[in-house]
Amino acid sequence: MARYIARRLLLAIPVLLGASFLIFAMVFALPGDPIRALGGDRPLPVSVQNELREQYNLDDPLPVQYAKYVGALAQGDFGQDFSGRPVSEIISERFPVTLKLATVAILFEIVFGLLAGILAGIRRKSFFDSLVLVSTTLIVSIPVFVLGFLGQYVFGLRLGLFPIAGLNDGLRSYLLPGFVLAALSLAYVARLTRTSLVENLRNDYVRTAKAKGLTPASVVGKHTLRNSLIPVVTYLGADFGLLLSGAIVTEGIFNIPGLGRAVFDAVRSQEGAVVVGIVTLFVFIYIFFNLLVDVLYAALDPRIRYE
Amino acid sequence: MSDAPPDPRNASASSVATETHPSPEAATGVGNAPGTVPELTAGSGTGDLRQASLWSDAWRQLRKNTLFLIASAMLLVLTVMSIAPQLFTSIDPRARGACQLGDSRQGPGTNGAWFGYDTFGCDYYSTVIYGARVSMIIGLVVVGGSMLIGVFLGALAGYFGGWFDTVIARITDVIYGLPTILGAILLLQLLASPRFFGERNLATVSIALILLGWLTFMRLFRSSVISIKETDYVSAARAMGASNSRIILKHIVPNGLAPVLVYGTIAVGGIIAAEATLSFLGIGLQQPAISWGLQINSAQNYIRSSPHLLFFPSVFLSVTVLSFILLGDALRDALDPKLR
Repeated sequence: MARYIARRLLLAIPVLLGASFLIFAMVFALPGDPIRALGGDRPLPVSVQNELREQYNLDDPLPVQYAKYVGALAQGDFGQDFSGRPVSEIISERFPVTLKLATVAILFEIVFGLLAGILAGIRRKSFFDSLVLVSTTLIVSIPVFVLGFLGQYVFGLRLGLFPIAGLNDGLRSYLLPGFVLAALSLAYVARLTRTSLVENLRNDYVRTAKAKGLTPASVVGKHTLRNSLIPVVTYLGADFGLLLSGAIVTEGIFNIPGLGRAVFDAVRSQEGAVVVGIVTLFVFIYIFFNLLVDVLYAALDPRIRYE
Repeated sequence: MSDAPPDPRNASASSVATETHPSPEAATGVGNAPGTVPELTAGSGTGDLRQASLWSDAWRQLRKNTLFLIASAMLLVLTVMSIAPQLFTSIDPRARGACQLGDSRQGPGTNGAWFGYDTFGCDYYSTVIYGARVSMIIGLVVVGGSMLIGVFLGALAGYFGGWFDTVIARITDVIYGLPTILGAILLLQLLASPRFFGERNLATVSIALILLGWLTFMRLFRSSVISIKETDYVSAARAMGASNSRIILKHIVPNGLAPVLVYGTIAVGGIIAAEATLSFLGIGLQQPAISWGLQINSAQNYIRSSPHLLFFPSVFLSVTVLSFILLGDALRDALDPKLR
C-alpha cells in the first residue's frame, strides 16, 4: 500500500506541473499590461514601472518566468500580488471560509442525501421512492446560480429564515449557501445510495440474514448498508475535493469571501501570481482527494488490493 | 429512468458498450446520424421477421416511454422556438422602438404583457423566447464538436495505444485537474482578448467549452474501443485482411457509439447550463446578445422588487436542461440491454 501511495504521489508531480504551466501560460498570454493598468488614470513613473516589472520577472520570456516561479514555489513561496501582499497570506485568509462552506455542504449531502437514498432504497417503488427520483432529477436540471437565487428569494426574502448574503450571522449565514453548493451532489448521493442499496438487497447474504430471523433494521443497518455505502463514501471523498475548489458561483452569489471569489477577482484583474497560486492549490486538492478515494476503496472493500 | 447519476467524470454509461450488438444492422445503421434510427424499424412491425438490431430494439422501447415522449415534445418546441421565434411572439425585442423605458420592470400582466417588462422596458415574454436560440446553438455545437474530437482521439488512443495513448491520458489528467468553470473563465478571458477574437460571442464561448468538453467523450469512447477491439468480429475482420481504418470506421465506431450518444444527450443540458453560468458571471456572452444567463445576470439586482425578471428565464433554462437530461436517461435505458 505504501508503495502504491508513493507511486501515485510521484505520478501527481507531472500533472501538477502541467496544470500550473497551463494556467501560467494562459495568464501570461493575456494581453494588456497589468503594471500600467495598476496606475489607473495617473500612470506610474516609468522607473517605477520598470522596477515593478523587474521585481515580478515580467520582462523574462515565459519559460524563464515559469522556472523562477516553480523554483520559488518549491521553497514554499507563492509570490505576491501587485500590491505586495504575499499570495500565501491571501490563501490562508480565504481558505478557512471555503473550508467551512464545503464542510457545511458535505454535511448536508451526508445527512439528507444518505437519508433520502436509504429510505427510497428500502421502500422501492413506493411514493417516497418516486418522490426522490423526481426531485433529484429536478435538482440536477437547475443550474447552481438559479438555485442560489431561488434560495435567496424563498428562504431569505419571503420567509426571512436566513441572511441572503455575507457572513455576518456566524454559522447561520453558511447554511443557505452550503445547501445550494451541496444540492447537485446531494441528488447524486441520494441516487447512488438508493441504487447501491437496491442492488445489495438482492444478495444471498441478505436472504440468509432474513432467514435466520434478524429484524429488518438489523438486516439493512448491520449487513446491507455497510456494503452499499462503499461507493457512496468514495463519491463523497472525491466530492469534498470538488466542493473546495468549485464554489466560484456560490461564493459570488452569496458574497462569501472564499478562495473561489478570490480567484475570480484575480482573473479579472490579471493578478497572475494569485491565479496561478490558487489554481495550483485546487489541482493539488483534486489530486489529493482522488488518491484518498482510491486508498479508501482498498480500506473499505477487502476485494480490492493494490500491489 | 436510470439510477446512475449523469456524473460527467464517471463513465457511467460505459456499460452499454460491452454489450453492444455486433449485428450487421447495427453496424450500418449507426454509422449515420441518430436521426436515421426510425428508418431501421421499417421492417419491425412484420411479426417474427423483426430486425433485432440494438437501435431498432431501442426505438421500440423508446416509443413506449412516456418521459421520452414528453422530453422530445419539449425539445421540439424549443427547437422551433430557436429557429423561428416569430411563431411564438409578434414582437422582435431588438427592433427599433420595441422597448419603452417607461415600462421598465413592470410586472406581468401590465398592458397585456404576459411576463411583464425587463429593465429596458422590453416585452419580457418575447425576450425570453428569443433567448432559446443561443442556448440551443451553443448546446448542440459544443457537444457536436466535443464528440467529434473525443471520438476521433479516443479511437486512435484506444485502438493503437502506445505513446499516443499516454500523451492523451496525461493531457486529460492535467485538464481534469482544473475545476471546469474556472478553466472556462480563464480560457474565455484569453480567447476574448484582442490577441485572439477580441470579443465575447457565440464562437468564443463555444470554443472554450469544446476545449474543456472533449475529455469525457474521449475517455468514454476510448474504453469502448478497448473492449470492442478484442471481440471476435474484429478479429474476423482483421483475419480477412481489413485495414486498420476500415476496422475502426466500419466496426468499432458504429458499435462503440451508444454510450457516447447517451452521455452527449445529457451533456447538451450541462453545456447549456454552463453557457448560462458564464454569461451570468459576465464572462460569456455580452449585450446585446439575448441569453437567459445574461437576463438572470441583469435581474439579480432586482430580486426584491421585480422577482419576475429572475423567474421566467430561470424556468426556461431549467426546463431546457431537464428535457435533455430526461432524453438522455430514456436513451440510456433503451440502449442498455442489461435493463431489458
